[in-house]
Amino acid sequence: MYVIAALAVVGIALAADWPTIQRNFFQVDVIREMFPELVTIAAKNTAIYTTLSFALGFVLALALALMRMSTVAPFRAFAMIYIELFRGLPALVTLILIGFGLPIAFDGFRLGSTMVRGSVGLAIVAGAYMAETIRAGVEAVPRGQSEAARSLGMSKNRTMFTIILPQAFRIIIPPLTNELVLLIKDTSLFFVLGTTPASKELTKFARDFMVSSRNATPLTVVAIAYLAITLPLTYVVRRMERNAGKSR
Amino acid sequence: MSTDATEAATETASDVAIRVLELHKYFGDLEVLKGIDFQVDHGEVVCVIGPSGSGKSTLLRCINRLEESTSGNIFIEGDDITDPDADVDLLRTRIGMVFQQFNLFPHLTVLRNLTVGQTKVLKRSKTEAVQIAEEMLERVGLSEKRDEYPIRLSGGQQQRVAIARSLCMKPDMMLFDEPTSALDPELVGEVLEVMRTLADEGMTMMVVTHEMGFASEVADRVVFMDEGIVVEEGPPAQVLKDPQTERAQKFLKMIDHA
Repeated sequence: MYVIAALAVVGIALAADWPTIQRNFFQVDVIREMFPELVTIAAKNTAIYTTLSFALGFVLALALALMRMSTVAPFRAFAMIYIELFRGLPALVTLILIGFGLPIAFDGFRLGSTMVRGSVGLAIVAGAYMAETIRAGVEAVPRGQSEAARSLGMSKNRTMFTIILPQAFRIIIPPLTNELVLLIKDTSLFFVLGTTPASKELTKFARDFMVSSRNATPLTVVAIAYLAITLPLTYVVRRMERNAGKSR
Repeated sequence: MSTDATEAATETASDVAIRVLELHKYFGDLEVLKGIDFQVDHGEVVCVIGPSGSGKSTLLRCINRLEESTSGNIFIEGDDITDPDADVDLLRTRIGMVFQQFNLFPHLTVLRNLTVGQTKVLKRSKTEAVQIAEEMLERVGLSEKRDEYPIRLSGGQQQRVAIARSLCMKPDMMLFDEPTSALDPELVGEVLEVMRTLADEGMTMMVVTHEMGFASEVADRVVFMDEGIVVEEGPPAQVLKDPQTERAQKFLKMIDHA
């Protein structure tokens, strides 16, 4: 098995036209030209968009999850419809709806800058996914926990916020990280809202650079840039998870 | 609420801690409590025994409304808690509850487990809460564990912390739902010891248990339940040593041979 795989790799390596690949994907002067904007604009914007979308989405998700588990039927119905709707739509469609649909529907109403519109759009989508994650986390906390808290005289809400949610969040750190990594990549959809030189995120920046340099190197660079963000992030979260695990 | 019930409750309100009248509880179509009449006086220790599925845990859980009864009344020191307008949260601060599975909060240290109810519910100051918590930890003999997380404690220690957590609320009475059933045999003794001390200090206690030794030594009264009714009750010497009903005789014989 391994021998075949190794042979295949060697075969592909021999067959590949290395000088061409190097010329198209690893041009040093193109790489050099991409700095410092790659970091000062593109990576920075990706980070800002992601943080904003995640923060907004998380608040939204928490509200939706609580509504979804509420005893009030209209709350439950609203949360269910919302979640099904925005999980079902492609993020791109939601972004276009927010960016172009809203202004058409409400006579030029524009929700702030590209940054705000994009982040709200992604947050709306992420909120739907994370709401279900949070709900799953809450349901994974043993029943006895809320019984013990209620027996001490805590109200339903107090029990949720002091006893249940803190435990639920520990449980859902891995799926939330997943959601965050997905969001980082989804910020590449911001381009549909139109960009200015200062508002480009990594993918848009690379695509424009590919056109101007007539070379594919920016694609390689930006791929590495994404990994440079996601890999340390997952590492940090894994450490956080291990620390949280100490009390469980 | 019927007038009869009101009178019955007010007559004895002062010395009756828990009074249960004609209590019925259904889970779907299944009737698990079939008209329970029952009371616990102040300072009394009552052990409830009986086969599993007899409804003893359900009865206990109805008393602090972790389960909602279907019909009937429950009075806590004269207050009808089955009243839909009753303040359940306030009521629960007066009733300590100890669970089979301990149910300590795993994300909080032992000390925080003991203070969280005091500060958030009773609005005691942090200093006061910590002081009371330390006092209660000392009572259950676990002062040195105050900064540990529950996971680091043995089952017996966890249950003692759980008892201390309830005591911190300064409850008028304590309910125990099979407090030693989840413990390894060698850890049962330390928990029973704490409960015995509590009983000696005059705490009103209702204990669902399979520990016949504890029941016969500590209980003022033993209640035998089977299939949703109170079959027999009386002093431990009578119910445990000389049961009158056939069902109680059968149950005690089975336990003896276990």
